[in-house]
Amino acid sequence: MSKQYKLVRCTINGKQVEKMIDVRASLTDMLRDDYRLTSVKKGCEVGECGACNVLINGECFNSCIYLAIWADGKEILTLEGLAGPNGEISDIQQAFIDEAAVQCGFCTPGFIMSAAEILESGREYTDDEIRKLMSGHLCRCTGYENIFRAVKKTMLRRLGKHAEADQILT
Amino acid sequence: MYDIKAIYEAESVAHAVQLLMEHPQAQIIAGGSDVLVQIREGKQAGVELVSIYGLDELRGVSFEADGTIRIGSLTSFSHITRDPIIQTHINVLGQAVDQVGGPQIRNIGTIGGNTCNGVTSADSASTLFAWDAIIELTGPGGVRQLPIQDFYIKAGQVDLRPGELQTGILIPRAAYEGYQGHYIKYAMREAMDIATTGCSVNVKLSADKGTMEDVRIAYGVAGPVPMRAPTAEALAKGKPTSIQAVEEVAKAVLEDIHPRDSWRAAKDFRQHIAVTMAQRALTQSIQLAGGAVHE
Repeated sequence: MSKQYKLVRCTINGKQVEKMIDVRASLTDMLRDDYRLTSVKKGCEVGECGACNVLINGECFNSCIYLAIWADGKEILTLEGLAGPNGEISDIQQAFIDEAAVQCGFCTPGFIMSAAEILESGREYTDDEIRKLMSGHLCRCTGYENIFRAVKKTMLRRLGKHAEADQILT
Repeated sequence: MYDIKAIYEAESVAHAVQLLMEHPQAQIIAGGSDVLVQIREGKQAGVELVSIYGLDELRGVSFEADGTIRIGSLTSFSHITRDPIIQTHINVLGQAVDQVGGPQIRNIGTIGGNTCNGVTSADSASTLFAWDAIIELTGPGGVRQLPIQDFYIKAGQVDLRPGELQTGILIPRAAYEGYQGHYIKYAMREAMDIATTGCSVNVKLSADKGTMEDVRIAYGVAGPVPMRAPTAEALAKGKPTSIQAVEEVAKAVLEDIHPRDSWRAAKDFRQHIAVTMAQRALTQSIQLAGGAVHE
């Protein structure tokens, strides 16, 4: 077995950090074990379910199939990074609650990080585009309609289209 | 933790070649969406890796002096789809790689990895075959280039010699200028699925848009490696853009392809959809090129 380590310096949720990391670690391993960011879930661990999804330099990646050493010099955002200064949850998280888009919750952080990438772009996407952008995740509890609605409503509200968002029936 | 014996990170292409020569057993890892999954499954357990993921010099799409489009081998699928050069000149490639896996996979997956793993189902491969792509390899003996058809040796095996890595994919000007193309992926789901069969067609029409001057038809999962349909292509040249001609060309692909039965689909079914896909992709390409398929 390897005893190979590498110093990995990166920004995680806005904070500059560095640690010696086992080169065999996935980014999921590093975020969970070294930084205790347990919103990053271990699901399939082969890049299919999306439970470990995080943003790296603003793009979505399944951290289970991303080597931790590659995170050197990158900006990483996990679900914990969406919280406000006093730990308040973000609008997209609230929308998941309001729309009952959460049941067991295991897939939720991954879904929300894909939603975060969509919402950060400031663009208005069509229903088909949202479905495609959210397609890298599996949910076995809720079905996808509630999740889709939570994302769409939050997108519309951020664009100031509150009336349109409220019209979408739950 | 992955079962990795050691990992060597390349700092430049030359350094990657040096590392590959020093560690002949090592496997190259680009984005890792295949390699890491194979390690997880135990197929590559205890492997030594040379990571080229950090080589930003192999990212991006640009023009060579002679108008050749160069795609750096580490360019991710999502960056190819969004690239203005791709969108203007070979948009079908951006559309094809936008059907790989899901969004996260398209951010990590690289076009170099998609072609070096030698699989027939790669969504990029059939389109690159259709565009007469040239593969650029850099190794201890320098740089060599070869047509993508010669790069694929057999299922899962490409012409990558000891110490070599793929550094670019080139689309010559003559291959793309005046051509329009369309790709169809047939799969069971719209995301996170592998093509049952994929068909990529491009066409060059005469000035009056009434005649197919040149047609290129390529398939994934119609044989052990991606392939062209030369019989159908030869038949198409000089034909009018008529419904009858398009149907005739589409049927002729059966002379060229040899799909097999697999758990994903039966041979008969693949043959059936291959004809339909050729017909639809050719029709769509003719329309994109400004023509119309008439009676």
